[in-house]
Amino acid sequence: MSLDIFSQYLINCLMLGMIYAMVAVGFTLFFGVLDVIQFAHGDVLMAGGFGALVAYAATQAVGIANSWVQLLLMVVSTTVMTAALGALVARFLVLPLRNAPPLNTLLITLMMGMVLREAVRLVYPNGSNPQPFPSLLPHDAWRVGGLDLRVDSLILLVVGLLLIAGLHLLITRSKLGLAIRAVAQDGETARVMGINFNRIVLLTFGLGSAMGALGGVMRGLYYTEITFDVGLLLGVIGFAAAILGGLGNLYGAILGGFLFAVLQAIGAVALPVLLPDFPSAYKDVFAFTVVIVLIGWKPTGLIAEKTSERV
Amino acid sequence: MPLGVAMLVLLALSWALLGAETQTEVFGLFGVTAVIAVIASRLKFTESLGRVAVEHERAVSIACVVGILILMALFHEDHFPLLLLGSVLLYATACLGLNIQFGYVGIVNFAGASFFGIGAYTTAVLASHTAMPHLLILAAGGVMAALVGCVLLLPVLRTRGHYGALVTIAFATLFRSFLEVNDTLGGPQGLKIPSLQFFGWDLGEGLIFGGVEFSFYANYVFFALLLCMAAYVCVRRVERSWLGVAMDMVRTDEIAASVFGISIARQKIIAFVLGNLLVGIAGAAYGMMTNYIAPNNFTFADSLILVSMLLLGGIGNPLGVFPAAALILILPEKLQFIQEYRFLLYGTVIIFILLFRAQGLLPRGIRRFFPCAENDPRQ
Repeated sequence: MSLDIFSQYLINCLMLGMIYAMVAVGFTLFFGVLDVIQFAHGDVLMAGGFGALVAYAATQAVGIANSWVQLLLMVVSTTVMTAALGALVARFLVLPLRNAPPLNTLLITLMMGMVLREAVRLVYPNGSNPQPFPSLLPHDAWRVGGLDLRVDSLILLVVGLLLIAGLHLLITRSKLGLAIRAVAQDGETARVMGINFNRIVLLTFGLGSAMGALGGVMRGLYYTEITFDVGLLLGVIGFAAAILGGLGNLYGAILGGFLFAVLQAIGAVALPVLLPDFPSAYKDVFAFTVVIVLIGWKPTGLIAEKTSERV
Repeated sequence: MPLGVAMLVLLALSWALLGAETQTEVFGLFGVTAVIAVIASRLKFTESLGRVAVEHERAVSIACVVGILILMALFHEDHFPLLLLGSVLLYATACLGLNIQFGYVGIVNFAGASFFGIGAYTTAVLASHTAMPHLLILAAGGVMAALVGCVLLLPVLRTRGHYGALVTIAFATLFRSFLEVNDTLGGPQGLKIPSLQFFGWDLGEGLIFGGVEFSFYANYVFFALLLCMAAYVCVRRVERSWLGVAMDMVRTDEIAASVFGISIARQKIIAFVLGNLLVGIAGAAYGMMTNYIAPNNFTFADSLILVSMLLLGGIGNPLGVFPAAALILILPEKLQFIQEYRFLLYGTVIIFILLFRAQGLLPRGIRRFFPCAENDPRQ
């Protein structure tokens, strides 16, 4: 395999890993504060992607032609929209079921995801078909040492890294992050310490959803296409990544996200080279099989959640 | 007496629903049902009905079977209502299998449609490439589903809660994409299945019985009914037995169960394998009835529909899956204008059920250790 193709696969793999990590971070944040899985997450970010499309159409209608301004407006609007959506899901679906069995929360958010998916499909014009996503980043390629590096991929990678680092700083250094960690550790004690529990929960859900939506916009910019059902697979993958890394652990989610992307790349590229009968279309089958094996080996994730049994 | 009245009303309603052709009729039926429900609860009829139903469980079961036979006779030559009836029975059978897993021992399985699909695909392959008797093939479908489920056993046993959910969700996604890209299993186009035959009797052909012509689907409804009855009896027996008691205990408190010397792993293995066996058999029969299967019938969303049926019926109550399966399968077919909005509506309805009546239509009652009412020491 030539170095050129290899570098393309590498960038593609990093890109996917970044997006998965951004989705998985949301799952892990939600789990941290409320011990629930918010399965509508994938579809919330799909809705964010479509919100960005609407914002793009709006900027065109107003007559803004500068692509950086358009991008900024898209990102701001989608962040606000998905943060609100995530907080609404938390307020009206997740918090009322706090004392119900975990299965109910899982199901209600799964159903919410289905509702969002169908709503976008039915409401967005021609929503059943893939929608073109505007490619607003510069298309130039830099030639570095015989390799073509596309500027847009590099920008996306750097922005993704900055976002994850920023989230990490927010969680570990800021007062809000301290409150989130306190609620995650022990909700009741956090209340006693004067933390507004509901407010922190809603903020966390907003934060995680916005992070996921940015991942969705990045995915749209990278593939220049978005479909209404992208959220289902992204949600399942993000969930798998978060669980694989160990729920409630930020590093675990990032690790899981990149690990899943690497597994997919191995399934798509490396295995067909080694085993000629193995079609690359089996990449998801391979990746999920490895996930099942890994979870059988480490039942609470690679970076295990610290639990003690209370009787 | 109240039982008889209730059964007659239910029979009439389901006959009208299956036979309704226009949307006005369906809406009229909704109105009538609502009025009946309100009157019944005003007259305290529902309470006495609940008590009577618990006391005469056998009578209720027999009445249900007779009711389905009557429905079958009423629609003897209409293909579509009979197909719906057969699907309801088979989906209910699959839900009975899931009920053992979710309801008794408390392991989550979000790959119900995948195990259903394993049964159907096994049947398709065996029936078109071998000369095995079809009854054996049906059993093979179930065994295959149970065997594939065994591969998942280790991760299922080791994980708990959300981590456990991942195992089956990952499997459901994996299974679907495996079917899509596997050319020997027909790829996205799916496979055809020959119709079911027993001892020279072809279920795919209509038959004339006492001078009346029956649609070939009547055969399948009858067969599905037998299957469903067998599954129901089996699930009820498991629930009633010590196995069921042990399973309930594992679900409510694993630590307490293990303190009392119950092997948690054993209960979970039995429940998972038995449940998948039932789901696989139902899937095999479903494949034979519809004559055609494709990967799109066995997606993660379909697994969710199975779980919704279970939840709507009331998790843990095997009787609940029947009305739930009927509602979830028949309503969208009857209301053509909501076809497009079907999934949207499902989702919304389930959300409201979870928010406002999380226990489902027919919640599971408290276990009665002394089945005969007159011997009940609490009275």
